[in-house]
Amino acid sequence: MTPALQGLLTIIIGVSGCVGYFYLSNQFLDKVLFPPRGPNAGRNINRANMIRPWLFLFPALAALGLYLAYPVVETLRLSLTERVPGGGYRWVGLDNYTQMAAEPKFWEAMRNNMFWLIVVPAMSTGFGLLVAQLTDRIRWGNFAKSLIFMPMAISFVGASVIWKLVYDARPAEQDQIGILNALYIFFGGTEPQTWLTVPFWNSFFLMIVLVWIQTGFAMVILSAALRGIPEETVEAAILDGANPFQIFFKIKVPQIKTTILVVWTTITITVLKVFDIVFAMTNGQWETQVLANYMYDKLFRANDWGVGSASAMVIMLLVTPILIWNVRNARKEME
Amino acid sequence: MSELKLTDVAKSYGPVDVLKHIDLDIEQGELIVFVGPSGCGKSTLLRMIAGLEKITGGTLEIEGQVMNDVPPAQRGIAMVFQSYALYPHLTVRENMSFALKIAKRPAAEIDAAVERAAQILQLDPYLDRLPKALSGGQRQRVAIGRAIVRDPKVYLFDEPLSNLDAALRVATRIEIARLKEAMPDSTMIYVTHDQVEAMTLASRIVVLANKGIAQVGTPLELYETPDNEFVAQFIGSPSMNLLPGTITGTGQMTTIALEGGGSAISAIPTGTEDEGKQVNIGVRPEDFTLTDSDPILSGEVDFTEALGEVTLLYFAKSNGADQVIAKLPGIQRNLRGQQVSVTARPEKVHLFHNGLSMRK
Repeated sequence: MTPALQGLLTIIIGVSGCVGYFYLSNQFLDKVLFPPRGPNAGRNINRANMIRPWLFLFPALAALGLYLAYPVVETLRLSLTERVPGGGYRWVGLDNYTQMAAEPKFWEAMRNNMFWLIVVPAMSTGFGLLVAQLTDRIRWGNFAKSLIFMPMAISFVGASVIWKLVYDARPAEQDQIGILNALYIFFGGTEPQTWLTVPFWNSFFLMIVLVWIQTGFAMVILSAALRGIPEETVEAAILDGANPFQIFFKIKVPQIKTTILVVWTTITITVLKVFDIVFAMTNGQWETQVLANYMYDKLFRANDWGVGSASAMVIMLLVTPILIWNVRNARKEME
Repeated sequence: MSELKLTDVAKSYGPVDVLKHIDLDIEQGELIVFVGPSGCGKSTLLRMIAGLEKITGGTLEIEGQVMNDVPPAQRGIAMVFQSYALYPHLTVRENMSFALKIAKRPAAEIDAAVERAAQILQLDPYLDRLPKALSGGQRQRVAIGRAIVRDPKVYLFDEPLSNLDAALRVATRIEIARLKEAMPDSTMIYVTHDQVEAMTLASRIVVLANKGIAQVGTPLELYETPDNEFVAQFIGSPSMNLLPGTITGTGQMTTIALEGGGSAISAIPTGTEDEGKQVNIGVRPEDFTLTDSDPILSGEVDFTEALGEVTLLYFAKSNGADQVIAKLPGIQRNLRGQQVSVTARPEKVHLFHNGLSMRK
């Protein structure tokens, strides 16, 4: 059987399985378990209605439990144990954490993550807001927006490949195919630079890739928010004598403050999990390590499940408060 | 000298004319109301005065200075929007002081101006609230307060009462009238589609129709001596009845033979050259009285509406003519289905030829 056919079959089975589950379980509830007939018809209807939401939620809850809740618990358990050579586990308490805290590479990842955390959301949201405002009224604004949004459709690894070419360095006597080096040479640089190996700054070169991707996301959301501002408040501000900058910063931005926060925190969460870009471009070398890549290193390269799981827990602990705050803000915005 | 002067002002969006040949002189201290049917451009005209819409022809002068290209904030105007347009993230105090802060006025002056406006509008208890914690009427007062704080030469109101419920609308209307009395030197321009607001508030009404001004006058001038059929029918509710006929007698009193069979006498004088002209006579529903002889109209009452203080009679439509309505005082019972004859005093009978009043 060809893979295409196989895929189609899987989809058909999956979808009809879902439909079948909802239909049949509902039928079972109404016809067999609590039929709205007989002496207890009223009570049966109430009971059926109490059970029905859980019946329909069950597949989603089960999947979330199996693929989300269980791994969290299991990771926590792994982070507190150590593999014994020859099979089996041993309880080691917080040893994995102390071992991790003693590793300079971990602190390098923490430090870099903090930089990522500040730079990427700030720049993405800032650029997104700028683009959203600037393209709002011009005729080719929508065209510009779709161009800026396009990187969103590219996978992180794909984007990394593109940007690796941007930062590419060839020997001095050859033509530079990396645009950054080409420009550098053009404006009087002597030696082509291997940008991704310049410590400290190379992290920022990696961040630019994510900014490039996330700006489109920020722009789309903020553009919609800007359009939602009542036009009269802007006109009132014009009559009050505000200049375009004052209108933007004193009237528009405060009105979309919650949206800006949601965009900011959403990008922050993406940043905390950033892995692909670092993995594909430097693999954490030259002081570009980040937490997610560190975790991958420990888990799958060093086969140290204990420390790997411990670093995963650290990432989760960092993401969770921001996630909660984000959901709260999003809810507030919906009101 | 007039406070605000429009000379041959026009507005067009590309090839589409919205307004043209607008000439208007507004004196200091007047409350001018723009009325007209929806889409007549009354809000556009107001926004042109405010500077929110570009004036595409003619000149706008405020205190003798041409304002066509002066930025809105420097025109000496303040505007109150239909939707209030309060800044939702600022408190009432911040909303009212925004313009002065932008203008970098000293804090003491700003505080004094805000306090004064808050006192006039009884907003003191709400100064530190956000707009969302206010009722519709309070929000509208804040919007007016924001205008007062700027101490403008001309206040512009764009349908300020349309978003309020009926009871609040009446209360706020009276408040605006009081406010105007408290500031006799300030000039106000007020846009509305509600003729009751226009009649009660205006020192003069500007009726806009067909891209231009149909008539300018005091409320009672427009009611008693409309220049044309449009104004005649636009002012007053229910609107003026128009009945087609032919002039049969001229002189100090004009006699008209109506197509419906009746005859009318109008106090509008005509010359011999008018004899035989096709005209419309106009009679307001409230000017009709019951009669036994020489009726203007005699017909079957199709439908009645008893409002207590008045009773509306709807006459059966005859061969394509407009519905004729008579408004009789008090309660009139058992007229539905009856033959009723009505007439009106000659001075209440208007005469229109080709849509224009024959009053010289």
